[in-house]
Amino acid sequence: MNILSFLVIIPLLTIAGILAAKDAQKAKVISAIGMGIQLIVSFAIVYLYLTERRNGNTDEMLMVSSFEWFKSLNIYYTVGVDGISVAMIALTSIVVFAGVYASWEMEDLKKEFFISLILLATGVFGFFISLDLFTMFLFYELAVIPMYLLIGIWGSGPKEYAAMKLTLMLMGGSALLMIGLFGIYFNSAPDGGELTFNIIEISKITIPIEAQRWFFPLTFVGFGVLGALFPLHTWSPDGHSSAPTAVSMLHAGVLMKLGGYGCFRVAMFLMPEAANEMAWIFIILTSISVVYGAFGAIVQKDLKYINAYSSVSHCGLVLFAILMMNQTAMTGAIIQMVSHGLMTALFFALIGMIYGRTHTRIIGEMGGLMKVIPFLGVAYVIAGLASLGLPGLSGFVAEMNIFFGAFEHPDTFHRVATIIAVTSIVITAVYILRVIAILLLGPVRDPHYAEFNDASWYEKLTLVALITGIVYIGMLPSGLSGIIRESIMPIVNKLM
Amino acid sequence: MSPENFLMMRHELVLTLAFLTILIAEVFTNEDKKEKFRSFGIVLFALVTAIGMLPAPEGSLFGGMYQAGGTTTLMKNILNIGTLIVLMQSYTWLGRPENRDKIHEYFLLLISTLIGMNFMISAGHFLMFYLGLELATIPLAALAAFERYQNRSAEAGIKLILSSALSSGILLFGLSMIYGTTGSLYFPEVASRVAAMPLTLLGFIFFFSGMAFKMSLVPFHLWTADVYEGAPVNISSFLSVISKGAAAFIFIIILFNVFPVIIHTWERIIWVIAVLTITIGNLFALRQKNMKRFLAFSSIAQAGFFLLGFIGGNKLGMTTVIYYALIYIFTNLAAFGIVALIAEKTGKESMDDYDGLYKTNPKLSLTMMLALFSLAGIPPVAGFFGKFFLFAAAAEKGFYVLVAIAVLNTIVALYYYLLVVKAMFINKSEQPIPAFKSDFFSKLGLAICIAGIVITGFASGLFEMIRNLSYGI
Repeated sequence: MNILSFLVIIPLLTIAGILAAKDAQKAKVISAIGMGIQLIVSFAIVYLYLTERRNGNTDEMLMVSSFEWFKSLNIYYTVGVDGISVAMIALTSIVVFAGVYASWEMEDLKKEFFISLILLATGVFGFFISLDLFTMFLFYELAVIPMYLLIGIWGSGPKEYAAMKLTLMLMGGSALLMIGLFGIYFNSAPDGGELTFNIIEISKITIPIEAQRWFFPLTFVGFGVLGALFPLHTWSPDGHSSAPTAVSMLHAGVLMKLGGYGCFRVAMFLMPEAANEMAWIFIILTSISVVYGAFGAIVQKDLKYINAYSSVSHCGLVLFAILMMNQTAMTGAIIQMVSHGLMTALFFALIGMIYGRTHTRIIGEMGGLMKVIPFLGVAYVIAGLASLGLPGLSGFVAEMNIFFGAFEHPDTFHRVATIIAVTSIVITAVYILRVIAILLLGPVRDPHYAEFNDASWYEKLTLVALITGIVYIGMLPSGLSGIIRESIMPIVNKLM
Repeated sequence: MSPENFLMMRHELVLTLAFLTILIAEVFTNEDKKEKFRSFGIVLFALVTAIGMLPAPEGSLFGGMYQAGGTTTLMKNILNIGTLIVLMQSYTWLGRPENRDKIHEYFLLLISTLIGMNFMISAGHFLMFYLGLELATIPLAALAAFERYQNRSAEAGIKLILSSALSSGILLFGLSMIYGTTGSLYFPEVASRVAAMPLTLLGFIFFFSGMAFKMSLVPFHLWTADVYEGAPVNISSFLSVISKGAAAFIFIIILFNVFPVIIHTWERIIWVIAVLTITIGNLFALRQKNMKRFLAFSSIAQAGFFLLGFIGGNKLGMTTVIYYALIYIFTNLAAFGIVALIAEKTGKESMDDYDGLYKTNPKLSLTMMLALFSLAGIPPVAGFFGKFFLFAAAAEKGFYVLVAIAVLNTIVALYYYLLVVKAMFINKSEQPIPAFKSDFFSKLGLAICIAGIVITGFASGLFEMIRNLSYGI
């Protein structure tokens, strides 16, 4: 059995364990154990991957294994990883692990909650290890659908509306994607021979350019919906603000990365000619995403909305960087995915914890929290500083790479787009510092705040796990960017 | 012709035998043992289904009137499985006092319509096809009017028989034109003489309309919702799944075998009808509050999805039509089974009544959710695989626009399926449907459906088997 398949099997076993548990209280313990093992396995995979590479294995994908599934259609369950997927797997396992602890005080329908949450995680892990477009698509949809129940049942505010909007928009995206995948599949053997869904196989042939012109935009937009591509990002603020804490963490932290990952792994990698032709359209759209998201965050009053818009901005930056199609910018894009995943998960976790104490998410109704809950306060400041790109934290590394790479293009169009996108840094600073000033500093707003307890052990565990990741990437970026850089080369070479 | 040759007709013969057994057994059943007749009938039919699975000889009988092959045997087995589930789900309902004296009638009618469907599928001649079709339809009308003291059931019966008679008339008219232009009613002979002449095409269009009635394709669907709502729920589920499946099977066989020459005509017709059926079925389903009507319109839309497998005339298309029919049987019967069970136990049929169902009946709600997700085509349940391959079949022949319309329609469908999920899991209710216990056969029927929904998709072997038995033009 290939070690990668464990990433799918462990969550499924965890679900089985939760189902078998008689006591609903045990659901969270089982989930924590399962996801703890998952975390260990993920890092074992990172280690194995690094060892293989150090031993001089230069294959594009490592740990590949393949099972025949639908033979006549040439559909295989094929898994394998390169540096990019390894980074995403590590990110996912940290966020899911933290997410389980962030839901430690979940009261209502515990079993069902953890089952849906872990089912979602199964989809995400499966997506990142898949090398076959069919299984990739299967896992993609599997990751989206539990969101409906997670937001609809355990959410807050206009949860039913938000859940329905999110599900329908994302499934709409996957509908476009499905057509794109058919287009790729039925053009995967232009010279005759067997059609295939295998990404590596398809990357070796050239899909006819006429087909690419049709199916590249469908695929890119299909994934782009999940990556909050303007103007299809509107599910994100509503969805994130209504979702329960752990779900916001997972969704903004990991699920939105599926979009970016799919955009370059499928759309751009397999249809490079059309990608080059049409990149300009999407560069304009993503530049708008980046700036619009940041401005959106400035005017919001609700902490979750602020963070949701900030996610639109940051994920827009991921797509923006991918479209720059050079090694530096694309490396930056992947680092940004990991960095934003950790950072936004940290934000949402903190918002959940603060809301648990103050019972409001409106920033104007709070103040002086730093004095009463210093641990959470400091964590919030760290998250904020990472978000606005302070050197030493992960956001800086990512944005440096992205903007350096983007500016490498000598032509006016790319440079103007880059300059527009760079302005988001300033706007980000405005909304982050504004929140920190109102929320954390100043006099204690309410005398009842004195009764607040600072973070409990499981809250600290959540926060420390995430902050460790952020600081590690910020201080020692070479480890992460090293494994990403070499894996990005085949994709960049194809795009050149 | 040696007696062994009759073994080719094994499905029909075994069903006839079961029919006679029930007829005779009924005579010897005491009044007070009538209740037990239900179990007897179900076990007997399970036996029939099992016998059907045995390998069968292939060939043709009666000078080509009757044809048996791997494909037809597979189709008949699928119909048998579906009927078995319907019978299991009818168990509670048949136990009603007013149904006590009619239990054997129920079995007899259901078996005779199934015999008709089997003959229809095995037809090698339009006359045989028509005989089978009528044998399949007339008992169905009796079944729809089974609760004859209730106005709406009687109304459903009369609506079904009238619209069937009309559609059969249209179909016969079409056949007469085809006979007039080709001079034969044998499938192979017609196939070799069909040409794109105006009269043949006109005949084909009449034939097509007749079949569209049976499959309840838009714009020939108007009888569907009324009949489904009025008929007993189990009959509605039989109509929406087995009857529709049988019509789809013979339709695809005839299109592929008899009319391959005029594929360019019928693929255009199917294109339009598919778009209309899927879209209108979905749009009407959006507004339904009665669960039976809701499922009726959703099943109209589903019938439209079947057409995506027809349109290319390719091997993958036939494979997916059969494969999807199998999945659809498990899926839709699970949904109908739950609606039937709830209607039987509490008399509630409205979507609003399902509010908060998860709190009181978690297992039923989860099964319903699985079924709805499968209908919507959400992984990892079987409906996803079925839909994906159906769309792939149409995409293989380049019908990308049609696929796009169908795929976008699945989003509309997802919306209304989620409405039911929302009612069960999210909405709160002052008076939820109370928790209840179901009997053994209802549970078994649902368990088979769940197993089918979960396993059929992953079981690639099944898909490959169906593919080996399918053919394209």
